[in-house]
Amino acid sequence: MGREVSESCVESLLTEIVSSYCNGFYADKPELAARRIEAIGFQVGHQLSERYTMDRPRFTDHLEAIKFICKDFWSEVFKKQIDNLKTNHRGTFVLQDNRFRWLSRMSVDPSIETLGSIQDPSAMAENKAAQAIGMHLYFPCGIIRGALSNLGIPCAVSADISNLPACSFVIRIKA
Amino acid sequence: MAPVAPRSGDAIFANVERVLLVFCYLVPKNAELFTLTYGAIVRQLLTDLEEVDEVNKQLDQMGYNIGIRLIDEFLAKSNVSRCVDFKETAEVIAKVGLKMFQGITATVTNWDVEGTTCSLILEDNPLVDFVELPDSCQGLYYCNILSGVVRGALEMVSMKTEVTWLRDMLRGDDAFELQLKLLKQVPEEYPYKDDE
Repeated sequence: MGREVSESCVESLLTEIVSSYCNGFYADKPELAARRIEAIGFQVGHQLSERYTMDRPRFTDHLEAIKFICKDFWSEVFKKQIDNLKTNHRGTFVLQDNRFRWLSRMSVDPSIETLGSIQDPSAMAENKAAQAIGMHLYFPCGIIRGALSNLGIPCAVSADISNLPACSFVIRIKA
Repeated sequence: MAPVAPRSGDAIFANVERVLLVFCYLVPKNAELFTLTYGAIVRQLLTDLEEVDEVNKQLDQMGYNIGIRLIDEFLAKSNVSRCVDFKETAEVIAKVGLKMFQGITATVTNWDVEGTTCSLILEDNPLVDFVELPDSCQGLYYCNILSGVVRGALEMVSMKTEVTWLRDMLRGDDAFELQLKLLKQVPEEYPYKDDE
């Protein structure tokens, strides 16, 4: 289908998801807000990977599926590929995007960089700016988890922004 | 001959071409991500808010928030000059605004005699691809975000409006009809002279 919308439409939706859930319904419960935002991403990732893999043969192993996420999937969603892929060969993969699109227009407090890995929303509660960025990252984390889950790979996904504007997504495949 | 708006539709169409050029800068992207993200939001809101009316309200509010921001991008990139009246405003939304952001255009029709109420007819709309409403969602205005966007954007250019869906293809109608009603035009007050 050749339909196109402007990119600001997608970014506007993301901004609104985060502000509705974090400032509106779950203002005092960042964990719940985070879970909802992740759930929305999961749904999107699940459906996208279903669509993008329609004409493909089944992936034979985890690495092949992860490579699909890095190349084809990322290109469809972000118009570029993942820049760096690392793995410990025991089910953990680190996907680094050197200039992650959805953070490129956010202003960032440099003191956050020391915060590093964002996984625990309650720990971020003290730093509003870090929390805002972290909340935006639950959506792409959900997308990746949803996409892999649709490919039959249950996993946990977290994001690490200790090297802004690069963003790393850490995928831990459940044994 | 009926009195015509000072600027004809042709002038606005000429603008559309310019917008198509600008469109390249806006990074048009495949609508799938947008459509599915919107669908996932509606679905999550239905789960969390339970009441369909609350979801309608929330979608409208989200749209409003988007509209008040998107108007800046629109004005900066569309090169559209100040509209002389509400008729022209409606045409610009239908032919330029919708094209720029959603890749669609609408027909403006059903004007009342005062020239303050009209309808935008959309044959098609990227929000609703792949969408079918279950019976439990009959009261849902699925596209309510769009009416909110229009209302928010117009408010930023001094027009208080009421924007409502009269027809909705997801509810079995033959088209989408969005009614724009101009309630009040707030005169702009400049702290400086316009031509300085």
